[in-house]
Amino acid sequence: MSTSSTHHIPDTLVSPLTKRLKSWESLLLVVAVAIFIANCFASPYFLNAWNLSDATFNFTEKAMIAFAMALLIIAGDIDLSVASIIALASTAMGAAVQAGVGTPGLVAIGLATGLAAGAFNGVLVTRLALPSIVVTIGTMSLFRGIAYIVLGDQAYRGYPESFAFFGQGYVFWVISFEFVLFAVLAVIYGVLLHKTNFGRSVYAIGNNPTGALFSGIRVQRVRFVLFLLTGLMSGVAAICLTSRLGSTRPSIGFGWELEVVTMVVLGGVSILGGSGSIPGVVIAAFVMGMVTFGLGLLNVPGIVMSIVIGALLIGVIALPRLWSKLRWGG
Amino acid sequence: MLKRILTARETILAAAILALLVLIAVRFPAFVAPSNLIAVFNDTSPLMLLALGQMIVILTKCIDLSVAANLALTGMCVAMLNIMMPGLPVAVIIVIAVALGTLMGMINGLLVWKLDIPPIVVTLGTMTIFRGIIFLISNGKWVNAHEMSPAFKAFPRAELLGLPMMSWVAILVILAFFVLMTRTSLGRAVYAVGGNPHAAVYTGIDVGRTKFTAYTISGALAGLTGYLWVSRYAVAYVDIAGGFELDTVAAAVIGGVSIAGGVGSVFGAVLGALFLGVIKNALPVVNISPFWQLAISGSAIIVAVAFNAQANRTKGRVILKQAEAAA
Repeated sequence: MSTSSTHHIPDTLVSPLTKRLKSWESLLLVVAVAIFIANCFASPYFLNAWNLSDATFNFTEKAMIAFAMALLIIAGDIDLSVASIIALASTAMGAAVQAGVGTPGLVAIGLATGLAAGAFNGVLVTRLALPSIVVTIGTMSLFRGIAYIVLGDQAYRGYPESFAFFGQGYVFWVISFEFVLFAVLAVIYGVLLHKTNFGRSVYAIGNNPTGALFSGIRVQRVRFVLFLLTGLMSGVAAICLTSRLGSTRPSIGFGWELEVVTMVVLGGVSILGGSGSIPGVVIAAFVMGMVTFGLGLLNVPGIVMSIVIGALLIGVIALPRLWSKLRWGG
Repeated sequence: MLKRILTARETILAAAILALLVLIAVRFPAFVAPSNLIAVFNDTSPLMLLALGQMIVILTKCIDLSVAANLALTGMCVAMLNIMMPGLPVAVIIVIAVALGTLMGMINGLLVWKLDIPPIVVTLGTMTIFRGIIFLISNGKWVNAHEMSPAFKAFPRAELLGLPMMSWVAILVILAFFVLMTRTSLGRAVYAVGGNPHAAVYTGIDVGRTKFTAYTISGALAGLTGYLWVSRYAVAYVDIAGGFELDTVAAAVIGGVSIAGGVGSVFGAVLGALFLGVIKNALPVVNISPFWQLAISGSAIIVAVAFNAQANRTKGRVILKQAEAAA
């Protein structure tokens, strides 16, 4: 990982307004608006309330995980096992359905599985002091592996009708339950990161873990809580996704960890930790959702979209660096 | 000296593999028949090749998650080339495969070196891009056995002194890697960059360029393996070797390569790959569903990395003994 950083000391004061206009979030917002307009011209079916509502399902579940992941990455860790936690939680819920558990029980099982998986990651990373990237590469195989052991090439079906509400229900007209949940979680995580002591300590740990420890922050406890939150959010996403699909296969949510990390990085969170914001992640979620939806309307196959996602991931980090290199004669 | 050899990671791992073989042999003696052991070694050859590439990249504090996608893309390219020009000699195909893989490795390396983008982001990105390109060039279609020329399929199976060519390629690469890592300045530079990048700069090593070289080598091996994989299994499609990048990381980590860089050996990585290879080949023999494999390699990664951390933990030196005693 790179450790080099350059600090430019400005010779004039930057007004808060120009600072805000030049921020990553405003740039992203411009991109989002541009994609929206391009989509309107590209397909006559884009500007339709129900289509747009459908489009939100492309990103709401991933964004829920991305909020927690943003905090985790800001604190200098990463969790690559989130998609596998979805598979594990979904499998647990599927098994419970076969045992005749009702909807409230299913939700509890989904959340508990997510929490347990997050706790497992958290203990390995904080107690045994292992690097989070390898641990979660390991648990990524382990969690999905358990789903494969349980299910093999089978699938769980037969979810109760009331369970369908989480992924298919609408709260008001075209506003889906998932979208409301997404919005509520965005506000909760925004407040948590930007307005609380906990949020401040997340930034502090990401910038300087030793310094954070010496300023009285319980570094390991905060990191553990962040892994718990990421696990919990994966559990929430598992409930929504399982409810939306109405079945569980061990390959559920395969490759989502990449899209979640892309969403977080696209939202302006530094992969090296220490900086980033929830509004950025929210806009990034919309950008990714609209790109996928727009390409889908143009009949572009899913795997080609993944090229776009991959290029976005590298591009959003590469372009500013390329730009500053050219500008400063790097 | 003897104690060092006995407690070395390679020795422990070799003992673990032997114990595993003995355990299986008690119930299923056919598994340890020489012909079957050769088959296991041959089957593990692609993993060994990629694990070596992964090792050199991890040694420089980076990671290459695009190896499996690189393998699949190279494999698809040479398979399609084989359809278009069935007369092309295998030697030329191998050169093209290595060149393609090298090119993809260089792209990773350049992004890490010149733009200073974190390795995990770069290779996660190129992983999806490479896989996507396979779909674009193949239109999602498969290249099947009957479309490949006999010579194309024959090379990895051809036997020399009782060993298939694929095993020979693996053995040659392992030996070359051993020389590279222990007898050349590049090998030293790789360890120096991973061990202490700042000190490496002061000794005149170009850290970025060394990382670039590591990625290039990893890419070249992925390209070579791409041809071997496609010709051995006689099929090429978008998802071949899906998720295999994690197996290569697992093999390296099990082999004692520290994810923090600077620590690891060629034989460690090879033994790590063999450990996974033996497990994978033993599962069907001992009647365990192959669906267990993913969970087992996941657990193996976690155990290995916990083991690495315990082994490498250096006790802090007490430099203020008197002050501590006073307090």
